[in-house]
Amino acid sequence: MASPAAHREDTAPAPGPPLMEVTDLVKHFPITRGLLRRTVGHVRAVDGVSFTIGAGETVGLVGESGSGKSTVARLVLRLLDPTSGSVKFDGQEIAALSQRELTPLRRNMQIVFQDPVSSFDPRMTICSVITEPLEAQGISSGQQARDRAAELLDLVGLSSRDLDKYPHQFSGGQAQRIGIARALATNPRLLVCDEAVSALDVSVQAQVLNLLRKLQVELGLSYLFIAHDLNVVRYISDRICVMYLGRVVEQGPADAVMTDPKHPYTRTLAGAIAADPRTGGGTRRVVVRGEMPSPSNPPPGCPFHPRCPQAFDRCSTEVPAPLPAGEGGRTASCHLLDITAVNGKAVGR
Amino acid sequence: MSEIDAGPATVVAPPAVRARAGRRGFGRLLRTQPLGAIAAVVIVLFVAAAALAPFIAPFDPTAQHRDAFLAVPGSPYLMGTDDLGRDIFSRVLYGARTSLLVAVCTLVAGGVIGMVIGVVSGYYAGGWVDTLLQRIMDTLMAIPGIVLLLFIAALLGPSIRNTVIALSLLVIPTFNRVSRGEMLRIREELYVESARASGCSTWRILRRHGLPNLLAPILVVASLTFAIIIIAESALSFLGIGTPPPTPSWGAMLSDGSRYMEIAPWMVVFPGGALTLGVLAFNLLGDALRDFFDPKQSTR
Repeated sequence: MASPAAHREDTAPAPGPPLMEVTDLVKHFPITRGLLRRTVGHVRAVDGVSFTIGAGETVGLVGESGSGKSTVARLVLRLLDPTSGSVKFDGQEIAALSQRELTPLRRNMQIVFQDPVSSFDPRMTICSVITEPLEAQGISSGQQARDRAAELLDLVGLSSRDLDKYPHQFSGGQAQRIGIARALATNPRLLVCDEAVSALDVSVQAQVLNLLRKLQVELGLSYLFIAHDLNVVRYISDRICVMYLGRVVEQGPADAVMTDPKHPYTRTLAGAIAADPRTGGGTRRVVVRGEMPSPSNPPPGCPFHPRCPQAFDRCSTEVPAPLPAGEGGRTASCHLLDITAVNGKAVGR
Repeated sequence: MSEIDAGPATVVAPPAVRARAGRRGFGRLLRTQPLGAIAAVVIVLFVAAAALAPFIAPFDPTAQHRDAFLAVPGSPYLMGTDDLGRDIFSRVLYGARTSLLVAVCTLVAGGVIGMVIGVVSGYYAGGWVDTLLQRIMDTLMAIPGIVLLLFIAALLGPSIRNTVIALSLLVIPTFNRVSRGEMLRIREELYVESARASGCSTWRILRRHGLPNLLAPILVVASLTFAIIIIAESALSFLGIGTPPPTPSWGAMLSDGSRYMEIAPWMVVFPGGALTLGVLAFNLLGDALRDFFDPKQSTR
């Protein structure tokens, strides 16, 4: 198997069946009113999201606040029950399993949260925090679990002397390392990082990102990496999915998506980091107008059309389907690509 | 926290942090809440007096000394005697037993039931289990306390056991409300979601995360409720439907003494004083614990 680092260079799709395959995932939260909890509408937090994560691959999920990134994270781990759609882990459908049936699968997929300190019970020692998954899964307990916790702390660059300390005694970066150690306790194959470095300052962010990369090489992990910081996502991801209003509007190899965005929304995002020397600095900056509409009342047609500088009449009536947009399985959901295909001329740049 | 943040990347907590983490419990209570610490000492003395009553009490609390009706406090009757010639000091000591016994039994029974209902209800908030349990609690709360107590006492007859049953019913809603509210908060904590992601069962989450994080507010409520129970027990005994005579109880002693208030005030002063002091101590301890557990006031 190619090492993840080498895999990043050629950006070819991962060989073999994907570790996780998400198809048409939908989550609508009902809005209820009154004493009888009458449903008066739905928040379409996730509205038909599909992507795959290969073994040893990192998929980045980017988007504004409220675009449904974190909901996707909770859906693929079944911390939330999807309204519809399919989530396959290693070929097994998990969207319809009961929580009891899920328990043995949970050792294979773990999550690292944005705020590590509040994801630890303040009354638990670091040892208990790290060994909780082991004990809950019945993998090990007592001294054996403690030894494993010490080993994990060592793996993430902390000392086993910290085992009996409490979460509040650590700084943000240290706490996030503990969060990673906890997530790795059961030897998972997939790690979902929900804004895992967003709360850290830049130098610590880099340390944690490098730790995550190192662990990926050593342990052959797959990551679903969620962030709103495009530089971070681009740095760590093999492929990127750009989310807008509960939908994936563009996906493809990380560098290709960031340097040559096909969807107008991605273009505005990439424009926001146009000053990055890696992008050449000369990119024309597209400033997006207005704010993201409410997911409880999404616009008809393309979700981005009210803010899109290139919108035309079709965009407000018809939801664009994902269209092939380049090599490496790139797709973008934009009617402009359709026109490009029909008229054979470049649009937008 | 700031001193930790400033530390190097490899974790070695400053010695100050380690020392402070070790200095919890009574030492910190004494330092931050001196009044509460004094209250705790008073409570310990009360408990000791109750536990050691047979060794401390100079007389049998029910023995009637025919030669000394309504004796003035002094020697050998430290707090005087009552209208039947019983030694008041001995009766106050044994009365503490009754009060504490009733209060502890009520707290254990009512507290545990109320907590279990509250925790389950809070974790499944919004579901039918929650709705059913909370409507029952609402009904219980809608009945005035004294009416409920009178009803149970009339139904089951006066005895210590029945007093405990009646008072338990009275305190269940209090514990239910507090633990349900806390559980609602804990349920939304990230560490609960994190535990679920790790494959913890609901039972395990409630046991490992729910209960330990509930205990601080419950302890506060318990100490405040303790005072209420002692008063309620006395009130029931005062009304003649609590602890049946001749078992000494502060409430019953007040009731007896009220008839001789003018000629033998010591009959009410001493049990009344003990009651007041006990209730005050538990109230002060409750307030102190509330501040003690408040993370905003914590020096940690």
